[in-house]
Amino acid sequence: MEDKEIKNVMDEGFKPEDYFCDARPKVVTPVANKFVRKFYNWAQANSLWILAFGTGCGSIELPPLYTARYDVSRFGIFPRPTPRQAGVFIISGYLSVKTLKRVIRSYEQMQNPKFVLGLGSCTVNGGMYFDSYNTINRLDYYLPVDVYIAGCMPRPEALIAGFNELKKLIKEGRAEGANKYVENLDWYKANQKKIIKDWDLPEYNW
Amino acid sequence: MEGILNRLDQKFYVQARYVQRPNLAFVTLKKNVAVQAITYLRDVEGFRHLVMISAVDYIEQNMFQLTYILHNYQLHSDIAVRVELDRENPVMDSLHHLWAAAQVYQREIKEMFGIDFPGSPRVDEPMILEGWDNIPPMRKEFDTKKYSEETYFPREGRASCDPVKIMEKKLYRVEAEVKYEIKRVVRDNRNKSADAN
Repeated sequence: MEDKEIKNVMDEGFKPEDYFCDARPKVVTPVANKFVRKFYNWAQANSLWILAFGTGCGSIELPPLYTARYDVSRFGIFPRPTPRQAGVFIISGYLSVKTLKRVIRSYEQMQNPKFVLGLGSCTVNGGMYFDSYNTINRLDYYLPVDVYIAGCMPRPEALIAGFNELKKLIKEGRAEGANKYVENLDWYKANQKKIIKDWDLPEYNW
Repeated sequence: MEGILNRLDQKFYVQARYVQRPNLAFVTLKKNVAVQAITYLRDVEGFRHLVMISAVDYIEQNMFQLTYILHNYQLHSDIAVRVELDRENPVMDSLHHLWAAAQVYQREIKEMFGIDFPGSPRVDEPMILEGWDNIPPMRKEFDTKKYSEETYFPREGRASCDPVKIMEKKLYRVEAEVKYEIKRVVRDNRNKSADAN
């Protein structure tokens, strides 16, 4: 299509509500039956599918994680190309404001249950980019983080240890980041809008 | 290299030249002849590759310095053309008609330093800093640490470890203690006299 045609479609024929729902999300309460809940948690802990989204230099640690040397698929961990199929979002390293916008959009499009892993010191307190004009300092002000993996950079072994920690949390039923995000949506949105100056996303898109 | 520089000087008046290596020279040209001179270097002298465009903010001298590095494949040599711009009104002629790649550099320089390149494609669109509403961040008067502290919720408890101090305390414990005690006394006295004034 020519640029002009695309522009016409965007101006006239494009209806945002055809492509995403912007209703407020709801809290997903765990199943009441203890044994069913335990089975669900066990199943979730053993099929963590990662969203293949590299934000910073930490994404260079992910290919060795998937491939033969560390072969993380033996733990049921596997990269997926789209947020709709993924359950774990690894924020790999520093996060610039421009990337944060895409990260929020991808995170909100992921299905429940979903978890966030903060990889590297940059997600903890800004790391070596603590005084940068363009990278965020604390990830937990913008997204609910379940597990932090400290280090600059953490080796794939550290990542596997982080995944074990996440599995433990899920099996105990304590990895409730998605529900925390829903409950404190206004606070998270206020923080996000404070730094994303040209906010053109819907309030919540999924 | 000298021959090329002399020919360039005859045509465009080189304000300053500095030959760092036999195959790398820096020349400073006037703003209004710079694009002409770069076109001459590209078409006649064979400097056909634009390596990069960079900008430096010399706030003390109230100027921006643009550096265009050009490469010659036959001679394996580089010429860096420097242009000095006034800091109050930083406008430079665009190079995108010579190398299409220049527009990316020019967009970035526009965004980071606020140096305008009229006519360059998409130069006014944001590239990395979407929705930036402050002064361009690479300018020297922009305090990046202050901006970060105001904007990005810094976490408490950040400590820095200077390896020099740690090794001094490890290897020369007594001397280091005396040295830092003297430094502390001097600093206290200076603060006291500053308060008195």
